[in-house]
Amino acid sequence: MHSSNPSTYPAKPEQVYFFGTCLVDTIYPEAGLAAVELMEREGVQVIYPMAQTCCGQPPFNSGYWEEGRVVAAAQMALFPKPIPVVVPSGSCAAMMHGHYPHLFQDGRDDEQAAQAREFAARVFEWSDFMLNVLAVRLQDQGPPVKVTYHPSCHLLREMGVREAPVRLLEQLGQVTYVPLPEAEECCGFGGTFSVKHSDISWAMVEDKRRTVAESGAEVLVSMDCGCLMQIGGAMAKAGQNTRVIPLPQFLRQRTMEGANP
Amino acid sequence: MIPNPTQFKRDVAREVHNTTQRKNLKHVTGLIRERRNAAFAAIEDGEGLREIGKAIKQESLSRLPELLEQLESNLTRKGIQVHWAETTDQANQIVLEICRRRGITQVIKGKSMVSEEMELNPFLAGHGIEAIEADLGEFIVQLAEKPPSHIIAPAIHLNKEQIAELFEEKLGEPYTVNIEEMTAMARRVLRGKFQSAGMGVTGVNFAIADTGTIALVENEGNGRMVTSVPPVHVALMGLEKVIAHIADLPPLIRLLCRSATGQSISTYFNWISYPRRPEEKDGPEEVHLVILDNGRSTIYADAELRETLDCIRCGACLNICPVYSRIGGYSYSSIYMGPIGKILTPQMAGLETAGHLTGASTLCGACVEVCPVKIPIPNLLLRLRQEANQPTAAGKEIVKGAGSKRSSGEAMVWAGWKVLHSRPAAYLALTRLAGLAGGLLPQRVGPLKQWSKFRKPPRPAKRTLHQLLKERPHS
Ligand code: SF4
Repeated sequence: MHSSNPSTYPAKPEQVYFFGTCLVDTIYPEAGLAAVELMEREGVQVIYPMAQTCCGQPPFNSGYWEEGRVVAAAQMALFPKPIPVVVPSGSCAAMMHGHYPHLFQDGRDDEQAAQAREFAARVFEWSDFMLNVLAVRLQDQGPPVKVTYHPSCHLLREMGVREAPVRLLEQLGQVTYVPLPEAEECCGFGGTFSVKHSDISWAMVEDKRRTVAESGAEVLVSMDCGCLMQIGGAMAKAGQNTRVIPLPQFLRQRTMEGANP
Repeated sequence: MIPNPTQFKRDVAREVHNTTQRKNLKHVTGLIRERRNAAFAAIEDGEGLREIGKAIKQESLSRLPELLEQLESNLTRKGIQVHWAETTDQANQIVLEICRRRGITQVIKGKSMVSEEMELNPFLAGHGIEAIEADLGEFIVQLAEKPPSHIIAPAIHLNKEQIAELFEEKLGEPYTVNIEEMTAMARRVLRGKFQSAGMGVTGVNFAIADTGTIALVENEGNGRMVTSVPPVHVALMGLEKVIAHIADLPPLIRLLCRSATGQSISTYFNWISYPRRPEEKDGPEEVHLVILDNGRSTIYADAELRETLDCIRCGACLNICPVYSRIGGYSYSSIYMGPIGKILTPQMAGLETAGHLTGASTLCGACVEVCPVKIPIPNLLLRLRQEANQPTAAGKEIVKGAGSKRSSGEAMVWAGWKVLHSRPAAYLALTRLAGLAGGLLPQRVGPLKQWSKFRKPPRPAKRTLHQLLKERPHS
């Protein structure tokens, strides 16, 4: 975990890789674009290897490790330079940072296992990286608004990133950050869990929806698009009109000239 | 109790709508969590204490065979009779034989999850022996003719009105929701039973090898009564409960009590060292310890899965589990429920029977943050999912039922997924197409149907991130 040990943060690099994740790529591309542009605004060159696809988490979580391994190996090969790999998702970052070493260990291929450890050590989650490596200072250009934040489980517990997204929100002068009640409880997404166990998933997201309403926020942000798809999808179906938006996209909108939230 | 995937689905579908139960569970688990957090906040280094607890359990397990032998020889020397049971059937037989030899027809019990594992009460009933639960929560669920729904708080799913109704119906007592009066009612029933029971049965929290001591924590005093009033005491334990030294006990007790109920120490703490000695006025004439395997040595054999046996049965993981509080303990159809149940039961009962429980988790990891011995439950769930789904040659299974959950349908889906995601050209073509097709994706079948039940389906973006970045003028 980087955040539990600040000494593992590198100095501000000239170049970084960006791993967009399949969900951002296909459903939330604007969030990915915003994440890239905000890093570029800090003077960092962002490399996006066009052959990237998915971190391999879906089959890995379903017990199909071999399939996950093949795809994970293909991704690692695309990020050879010893520069940070920034990921706009707590869950996918946790897969690459926390699980890759485990996935490639067990003595099958020592070289690949060593590669996985080296790669994993330079994987960073985007909000953590923005705050703690790029030391970004955001200038709010938008009108006053109340915003709450859903901490996704894997960002919180596997990446150990508790503070960064809130710290970034707090840099915005016109944004009032309102805490989410029972914030650290899971929203019930869980990837394939959301469809394989849709009854439990429903019961969980209903409570999450209620706490978002209780918070009084007009906007809900998160660093995991899976959670936003889950919470936002349930809100839309129920006619709850809190605006749901990935954090990078929100920050990008707020800090553009003439921003309108 | 045998878990079953179809029944699990059915029970879950019903229980998520059981608003009374969900309210009860949310309320009580919330209270215990608050107390647990306060108890840890009140000590200097809670995190360090958890590290110590983990280290003690790991060290004890690494020396398990030797420690069990030492425990046996020290207990035997002190006159406590030690019995080994590989299966729950054998354990039941051991208890039955003691009853028969002494002509016992009534047994009084303290809390013991191992006795639930054995299904001891129905077994004894089948042989004409009555077993009465003396722990208040266990007493309540016994009246309801149910097993416990939580490993520490057996009747946690019931509120006091529901318990009052139960007492009215089963005990013929007047309806009251006054907790003191209700406790007094239970006491009245139990008092007579303590006098007439020929045997007391309890669980074991820790068994100390170097001193030959059985340690038992409890809050109601029933454990003290059960272990001292009847002429025979039988303690039941899983073989992972042994620890090396008496010095290992204080940190584990501090962790257990804080994690289970938020207490710094339980109200009663029982040390069982001997049967009654000639100079003593009370205590049982005979003390027995039954050490049960029931699949534990198979778990023990795998270095990673062995961490399952670190568990000290505090229940903290149940109290924080977002799934447990939504579906309740009975939905699992498993003696052990919640996060610990999801890793323990599939290994004990086999993946073919209980493998489905490993899937009923979002892998949120809330349990890891509170587990006093830091069991990496999500990682063990991932491992068990892999064991359940990977092709496994007969005779090569590490976990009982390995490979039994593999279905050709799902295997094909992931095989296809792999091809698509390891060939960038194919991935690019398909994701572009999805963007163009947008809302045309089938919504009445498959995953999207499940998704759309209560969520608006996601709409693929018109242009993927790959496209957006490629088309940027300045890149
Ligand atoms: S797994 Fe950990 S938290 Fe759960 S009951 Fe066991 S010791 Fe307690």
